Amino acid sequence: MSALPWLLPESGLDLSALADYRARGGYQTALDAIRTKKPEEVTAIVKDSGLRGRGGAGFPTGLKWTFMPPPDGKARYIACNADESEPGTFKDRQILERNPHQLIEGLLLMGYAIHATAAHIYIRGEFAQPYYNLKRALDDAYAAGLVGAGAHGEGRDFHIQITRGAGAYICGEETGLMESVEGKKGQPRKKPPFPAQAGLWARPTTVNNVETISHVPFIVREGAAAFRAVGTEKCPGKTIYGISGHVVRPGTYELPIGVTLRELIYDYAGGIRNGRQLKAVIPGGSSAPVLTADKIDVKADPESLREVKSVLGTGAVIVMDDTTCMVRAAMTVSRFYRHESCGQCTQCREGTGWTDRVIKRIEAGEGTLKDLEVLDDLVRAMDGQTICALADAASWAAGGFLRVFRDEFVRHIEEKRCPFDESFEP
Amino acid sequence: MSAAEARVLAPVLPPEVVAAIEAEIPNYPVKKGAMMNSLHHVQKALGWIPRDAMVEVAALLEVRPIEVLEVVTFYPMFRDRPVGRHHLEFCRNLSCALLGSRQLIRHCEKRLGIRSGETTSDGKFSIGEAECLGSCGTAPMLMLEDHFHENLTVEKLDQLLDSLD
Ligand SMILES: Cc1cc2nc3c(=O)[nH]c(=O)nc-3n(C[C@H](O)[C@H](O)[C@H](O)COP(=O)(O)O)c2cc1C
Ligand code: SF4
Ligand code: FES
Repeated sequence: MSALPWLLPESGLDLSALADYRARGGYQTALDAIRTKKPEEVTAIVKDSGLRGRGGAGFPTGLKWTFMPPPDGKARYIACNADESEPGTFKDRQILERNPHQLIEGLLLMGYAIHATAAHIYIRGEFAQPYYNLKRALDDAYAAGLVGAGAHGEGRDFHIQITRGAGAYICGEETGLMESVEGKKGQPRKKPPFPAQAGLWARPTTVNNVETISHVPFIVREGAAAFRAVGTEKCPGKTIYGISGHVVRPGTYELPIGVTLRELIYDYAGGIRNGRQLKAVIPGGSSAPVLTADKIDVKADPESLREVKSVLGTGAVIVMDDTTCMVRAAMTVSRFYRHESCGQCTQCREGTGWTDRVIKRIEAGEGTLKDLEVLDDLVRAMDGQTICALADAASWAAGGFLRVFRDEFVRHIEEKRCPFDESFEP
Repeated sequence: MSAAEARVLAPVLPPEVVAAIEAEIPNYPVKKGAMMNSLHHVQKALGWIPRDAMVEVAALLEVRPIEVLEVVTFYPMFRDRPVGRHHLEFCRNLSCALLGSRQLIRHCEKRLGIRSGETTSDGKFSIGEAECLGSCGTAPMLMLEDHFHENLTVEKLDQLLDSLD
């Protein structure tokens, strides 16, 4: 009998059938913990493991769980973030498609630990096949009595419901997500109150990412020390890195946190395609500031990436070769943030639109040096001033390109054209 | 007879969609919570979400029609007007763009004789653009209804277009 995986089964395998997951001992961890451990013990193991959120912000998971107020007998929720919409990111989809029961088992354990009565999984609308796969797995888990009435022990019910999104990136933000689950426009809420105080339907709620929750069965089964045995001191465990762009073997790689970008790009993804040279890397989804090729010996962990002025984000590595125009790359990203701003905050609504227009103008060869100052001001104005972090993300992304590849912006302005004839088109 | 009553007399939602919506409702503490899944059921059945369907959904969820309208118009995936029978939605975000999504869009535009955002006059095809669809490792890609078509090339795109009736 094969053992249960950390996150994803061996390459090519799929554990979506309940019988296959159970044949490897699946759900036993949750069943045992619910019978033999106190909820606080489960939280303590997760806290000791050092698990940090894999949705982008890297907040310590066990600590987040302790923010929930004591149970009062009324509804309390998990909001499971399966929105996966940070550009470059395609890792949660692997779990949803190939190991959905591990997510459900993680939800059972997490729900037990924080005394939740139900979990709402919010999955992006475009993930139709992953949704059908997850729904089938959930129906099977219900039919087997693993979820639903008495799932957390005699008289303690735990339900799981899936809500489908519909193409709005902002619904990945935790309060936009909750608005959407409630059947509204996904416009983020002002904080405080924080979700643990007043989340879904104003009840205590904890929001975690799909991958974060899917680590929990391993942690509870193997223990905190086993989780800490790999990864870095401050960010232990494995994660699913996703590599895309100009590499030979794009895809997802489940690895200990802290491999270098060089290892990811050259050892795992097979290097740059078509014999080209590496020019730039975005290490953590499109919000992460871009890095030049000489920085790739950095470890892909939150602390090491911060030292080179970037972030691990969602661990989504986007690789660009030496044909790539950095102004076009910046333009692709700024168009995205403009499109996705929900419009509530002036700095974000106007800032993302203005940034996009100015970068487009520079790419078209119609920019001026004054435009660069305008961009600098916009980047400053968008950071840290708004209801949610979308504006910060837009600011870091544009600010990264401006800081690191300023000379390319200047060349576009001086030559009054894009000098990269072979570059991709946005 | 008011306009609202007239609408109720001529329902546009097939009975199985009404049943699917009614089955979603008990899963939420407030009926309005069933909004997103309900609108997916409507769009899957009708291809888009007409005003009359919004009024019916509002009645089922016990909300005002405007609450449905504002959701439909907020979310890019929900359509308040019809598209082609085959709606090809190309990802245009960075990982796909780096591997040639713009060339694919242009090829498709040329072959179908329409621009991105338009529908062919026979109503068979329409072209749209989407932001990152979570499929960057198999870029470039497009979404066609419930399916992703990944690792696209011009040849594969042609084959796909040929296969659609
Ligand atoms: C604009 C924006 C988009 C986000 N999109 C996602 C997303 O698609 N998936 C996700 O898990 N977290 C996303 N987040 C982060 C969530 O707000 C939240 O921090 C996360 O789901 C918490 O889970 P974790 O602690 O397990 O990472 C986004 C945040 C922002 C500001
Ligand atoms: S920062 Fe932007 S996306 Fe976030 S709430 Fe404000 S306007 Fe909306
Ligand atoms: S960029 Fe196209 S799927 Fe992510």
